[in-house]
Amino acid sequence: MLFDNYQPENFFDEMFTADGVTRPHYRSVAAAFNDVESPEFRNKQAAVEASFMRGGVTFTVYSDSQGTERIFPFDCVPRVISAEEWEIVEKGLIQRLTALNMFLHDIYHDQKIIKDRVIPPQYLLSAKHFRREFMHFEVPKDIYVHICGTDLIRDKDGRYLVLEDNLRCPSGASYMLENRAALKRTFPELFKASGVRSVSDYPAELLKVMQYCAPANFRSDDAPNCVLLTPGVYNSAYFEHAFLARQMGIPIVEGRDLIVRDFKVYMRTTAGLVKVDVIYRRIDDDFLDPSVFRPDSLLGVPGLVNAYRAGNVSLANSIGTGVADDKVVYYFVPHMIKYYLGEDPILPNVDTYLASEPKDCQHILANLDKLVVKSANEAGGYGMLMGPWASKAEIEEFRRMIEDNPRNFIAQDPISLSRHPTWTGDQFEGRHIDLRPYILYGEKIVVTPGGLTRVALKKGSLVVNSSQGGGSKDTWVLRHSVPE
Amino acid sequence: MPKSPQEEVARHKQANVMLSRVAGSLYWMSRYLERAENLARLVDVNLQILLDFGQVSHETLKEHWLPILRSTCDEDLFFQLYEHADSESVMQFVTFSPENPNSLLSCISNARENARQVRDQISSEMWEVLNDAYHFIKNSPHTQILNGSASAFYDEIKRFSHLFQGITVSTFSRNEGFEFIQFGKYLERADKTTRLLDMKYHILLPKVTDVGGAVDAAQWQAVLRSASAVEAYRRFYVADILFAKVIEFLIFEDTFPRSLLFCLEQMDEFAHLIAGTPSGEYRSDGERRFGKFLNNLHFTTAKDIIQRGLHEFLDEVQIEIGAFGGHLYDNFMYHPPVDMQAEIRFHQQQEQQQQTVLPVIC
Repeated sequence: MLFDNYQPENFFDEMFTADGVTRPHYRSVAAAFNDVESPEFRNKQAAVEASFMRGGVTFTVYSDSQGTERIFPFDCVPRVISAEEWEIVEKGLIQRLTALNMFLHDIYHDQKIIKDRVIPPQYLLSAKHFRREFMHFEVPKDIYVHICGTDLIRDKDGRYLVLEDNLRCPSGASYMLENRAALKRTFPELFKASGVRSVSDYPAELLKVMQYCAPANFRSDDAPNCVLLTPGVYNSAYFEHAFLARQMGIPIVEGRDLIVRDFKVYMRTTAGLVKVDVIYRRIDDDFLDPSVFRPDSLLGVPGLVNAYRAGNVSLANSIGTGVADDKVVYYFVPHMIKYYLGEDPILPNVDTYLASEPKDCQHILANLDKLVVKSANEAGGYGMLMGPWASKAEIEEFRRMIEDNPRNFIAQDPISLSRHPTWTGDQFEGRHIDLRPYILYGEKIVVTPGGLTRVALKKGSLVVNSSQGGGSKDTWVLRHSVPE
Repeated sequence: MPKSPQEEVARHKQANVMLSRVAGSLYWMSRYLERAENLARLVDVNLQILLDFGQVSHETLKEHWLPILRSTCDEDLFFQLYEHADSESVMQFVTFSPENPNSLLSCISNARENARQVRDQISSEMWEVLNDAYHFIKNSPHTQILNGSASAFYDEIKRFSHLFQGITVSTFSRNEGFEFIQFGKYLERADKTTRLLDMKYHILLPKVTDVGGAVDAAQWQAVLRSASAVEAYRRFYVADILFAKVIEFLIFEDTFPRSLLFCLEQMDEFAHLIAGTPSGEYRSDGERRFGKFLNNLHFTTAKDIIQRGLHEFLDEVQIEIGAFGGHLYDNFMYHPPVDMQAEIRFHQQQEQQQQTVLPVIC
């Protein structure tokens, strides 16, 4: 019933083919929802929202002095990925993270990739997040990126493309877990026939990664002391920090709870100082240690970098990984995969133009009204120009900024993101979505089967970020293939 | 330069480690919720007494409400914000006013904010109760409550507090955190019981002849009801509500969980657990002082207190409770913040020394 009037229109729809036939891996979900009447669906949707509010799965609206709290909007119809599709995505993500990690090791050591002229040196040395202080520094087990969130999109043909790599402090994993829990409570019957792979191992896997990366000189029969370092309760992602710490059973600490003495990190407890071995930090490099980076940071721990360099504490992720998720460096990731692994990339990039290449720059400036322009170091959908929808003034502003500082900009052809049936309050309509899977790098690389599907709730919008009116869906990866 | 870590480092397994900040947040979470519960009870009982009086003058109304403001030491602030102390203004002030740091709304949001700081340490169920309580009070229509459904509203607040305590007992591990929660609860309750008794001291009786009369009995009954103690009192002393008996009951009845002595004994017990001091021993100045005070109380009678003056006695108790709370707070829950600038300089110097040493080694 619910899908009777649904129109895939002229987009790649996850659930239906162009002629309106349900895709095989969506059959059981579509059948289950077709039995639901609108009022019942509305009630269940409201129940989920109430339970998020109750559990405090909320973010605070900063601009509001009343401290109003909102939930991250959740859409009850799950996004389903077939076993076959996932196999490719998983391989592609492992391949990409392997190459990115080798790249980080290389540029902080011999810089062969520069010497072999695969990437021009000026792009790396000018990258905002390149940390020259960490040249020739050995990170434990040679792992730089322990936690990675890669944003994937699907184009009009349903091809998976990498939109960006998040190698610093990717967030959202808690929503992946909470969304699954919420859907299980609301539509338990959906799960019975579907064969969905579980995502609940994520916290345990994350803890294993942290323990695996304990400092090289850590010798003890005990497990290393792991903590999660948060900027504090006023950070918009605090819910996630507390959630993950609770799931892993490790303390959540703020900068003021830690102190460094003799190049070792200690936390201040009721029983005195206790040594800390591994820190899952959710604070950016810049704020980590005011004695090395930004001196005005009150969130950080003075001396932390010294302790890290002395090999007495491990950080996940390592310092300086941001150089590899710079949007200009992104352009070169397919080259890296070829260079380090001798393989063709399994998941292609979105076609990208570099404003710092004269030929590309000409193309960008001539086609500003047709392209998506991004600044190299911004995240969260900020610092972006959506050419086809932008005003003349915005376009001219970006033209000036690009001419001033071409290194800071890239451009991409707008991708017609795939769409997914999404509840609008009284019926289902197609809304654009993306996918952020979470990849953990410890003893081996593990991709959690699922991830966070973000959905642009505004009709026609392509921006899925939660700060700009996005919502999310539970993401299913099916255990078995479904016959055509 | 701080002490070298080797001297201070505790040999702890991870599961037993508790950050001082976390201990502090658990303690305050617990105190604020207990404070809210006591306040809700106080206002509710006062409202109900008012119903027995029928029509009352402006002056009487003021006399009726002022003691509540005095008992929470918020009288000055109140008159900065409101002109008259009547039912509406006082209820508004003690219930919903964000300017009043001791209003129900402030207490519940502070309890919740502290819980949020330690969201990873408490059970989801505990958090959900505080979160529900917060949204309940935040979304309650003020005018409707002030005009009729007040009792149901204050009942609900009490219920949240009781629910929270029950859930804590059945979902929270009996570790150090539990001890801080309990210590905070009993400290707050002990303090509130003294203030409740002291309130009667502030109540100005209409005429001297009323002492021991109907109005007096009604007020002492109100005190008992504010401590949820009427039923328990009646089981002990049958029907008559007598001044000396009420005092004896609320101060010395150590089987009743809101009596002063009961609360002080609990504080002593949990403080021993927190400090790791064996029961019956007193190892720090703070412990010795409180131990001595508690011991003295065992050799005091209601008659002694009345002779000496109830108000003076309660004053002393409040001072001792405050001192002991401060002792635990300073020793276990609070680390003075580090001097950021000094730390930064210290580590930068260390860094430079490292660098000048390195080439020699190489």
